[in-house]
Amino acid sequence: MVSSMTRFIGKRLLLAVPTIILVTLLVFVLMELSPTDPAAVLAGDNPTPERLAEIRELHGFDRPFLTRYLEWGWNALQGDFGVSPVTHQSVLADLMYRLPITASLVVLALFFSLVMGVVLGTVAALNKGGVVDWLMNSIANLLMAIPPFVAAVLLVLFLAILSPVFPATGYADLSTGIGPWLQFTTLPALSLAIIPGALLTRQVRGALVDALEEDYVRTARAKGLQRRLIVGKHAAKNAAVPVVTVLGLVITQMFGGAVVVERIFAIPGLGSVSVESVLNGDLITLQGLVLLVAVLVTVVNLCVDASYGYFNPRLRTR
Amino acid sequence: MSLADSTNLSATPPKRRRRLNNRVLRRLMRNKAAVASMVVIFLLVVVAVFGDLLAPHDPNKVTLSLRLMGPSGDHLLGTDELGRDVLSRLIVATRVDLLASAQAVGIALSVGVPLGIVAGYLGGFTDAVLSRVIDALMTLPPLILAVVVVAILGPGLRNAMFAIAILIVPSFYRIVRASTQGARNELYIESARASGCGTWRILWRHILPAVAPPLLVQASFSASVVIVAEASLSFLGLGARVPQATWGLMLNDASSNLTTSAYLIYPPTVMVAITILAFSLLGDGLRDALGRQTTDGK
Repeated sequence: MVSSMTRFIGKRLLLAVPTIILVTLLVFVLMELSPTDPAAVLAGDNPTPERLAEIRELHGFDRPFLTRYLEWGWNALQGDFGVSPVTHQSVLADLMYRLPITASLVVLALFFSLVMGVVLGTVAALNKGGVVDWLMNSIANLLMAIPPFVAAVLLVLFLAILSPVFPATGYADLSTGIGPWLQFTTLPALSLAIIPGALLTRQVRGALVDALEEDYVRTARAKGLQRRLIVGKHAAKNAAVPVVTVLGLVITQMFGGAVVVERIFAIPGLGSVSVESVLNGDLITLQGLVLLVAVLVTVVNLCVDASYGYFNPRLRTR
Repeated sequence: MSLADSTNLSATPPKRRRRLNNRVLRRLMRNKAAVASMVVIFLLVVVAVFGDLLAPHDPNKVTLSLRLMGPSGDHLLGTDELGRDVLSRLIVATRVDLLASAQAVGIALSVGVPLGIVAGYLGGFTDAVLSRVIDALMTLPPLILAVVVVAILGPGLRNAMFAIAILIVPSFYRIVRASTQGARNELYIESARASGCGTWRILWRHILPAVAPPLLVQASFSASVVIVAEASLSFLGLGARVPQATWGLMLNDASSNLTTSAYLIYPPTVMVAITILAFSLLGDGLRDALGRQTTDGK
């Protein structure tokens, strides 16, 4: 079993490598076609042509496209993402400082959305066709229509300004203790959790309704098993499979949502750095960010796929 | 039997297709949420088209003496930090937002559909290359991809729409490719090919109609994705620029005056939520009305 699992993961990893290379290449090509001249960004206001040429030579902008791409890729493989021309800091060090901030935010958001999805989805499934089911479905539909940044502003209004339970903006690192960290991350995580929570509600409801109609549930019921055990043990385990499959999508969405949410709450994570580098014209940091996020998303999807294989052994041989 | 007759036989007879459309329409009309969504979308379009006539004030007129006034008889939704009428800006923003979304969906359709059909119909090397590129695009979270594209093209509403179009191309591509692959081996395609139909004619007359229903569903879902993405980019200052009125910019204005003038946040929030809800419920309704074959659409 171990070997089949290892092979499954190994195969997925091999398939992921060309995709990641292609993402970075696509971004490189796009930047090449970009009308903004990176040298002009670095040179500041009214540069002389000599100064521009000097900068081009210094940063190697005058060399052929493929040479630059291969050099960047080779350096990135060795952990050198270059130096930001704006902050004069190592891109990798900067991203690695920010990664745990965004990751911890996403984990908390994932927790919130799972709680919401499992609770609302189970309640809906157990009342299938009834008023409660309709209500849960309507709530899910409504919440789907509230993008993270709208949710963030509304949450700040209600829970930070009108009734000051949480601070409106700012960030405290996990190292300062879990209490202060939760104070600052609860609202952003909630904003990120709303749409995924609604998605999971639908998914849990659908999967549980299907599972409850299976023969083994009828058998369990015929045996006289308690309802709580039937739902909690027999149905829930099988209903988990379709729910786990959307987790990859959900986590990817959350990393995207973090772009706006971190900006609103002034959290110094990966989302903030992406917006800052766009506003500063810092393409080198963006390239590093693209690579990091592509790897991250691939690893997350791999974990999801692997757990899917764990739930459903038939998939492993594929 | 002449050649022309046999090609006609191979296609769905027009009468049957019309009956099919009627059935779909009837099913759609029975879905209350979908009908309500269509009414909302129709109203939004009316507001977008006749916005100039409906707006009670000049949406860009700055009156500093009237800044941040709450709702009143003259300004039903109040005024913003520059004393501009919120209701008028909301109305004008409807046009900007709907036009921008139509633009993004249009660009994405005109790129994603041909690529998907070609990949699905030809298969082989073309399919492998195109699908890899699309996979690569889908590796990045949507908003991060949009931000990167805006960084490259430069900020502004038009560039933001290009960026958002790139986000939704993969979903169109995948659906069209899948339905083309499904249709490619159908008997009626084979008979069309046997009767000497050219590849383009087959793609246009026979494959495209088969692809259209799931595409319609996806286009509806995509419209709501676009509204969110546009509002997010404008909110970040990467989309529409200052004198322009969009819901995203209005939300941004509102969030910077949150402590003093909370009433500003509600109008754009309601508009964004209603629009997203309408397009996604319409998508749900279309999917149900068109039957099971389109469930892979989402």
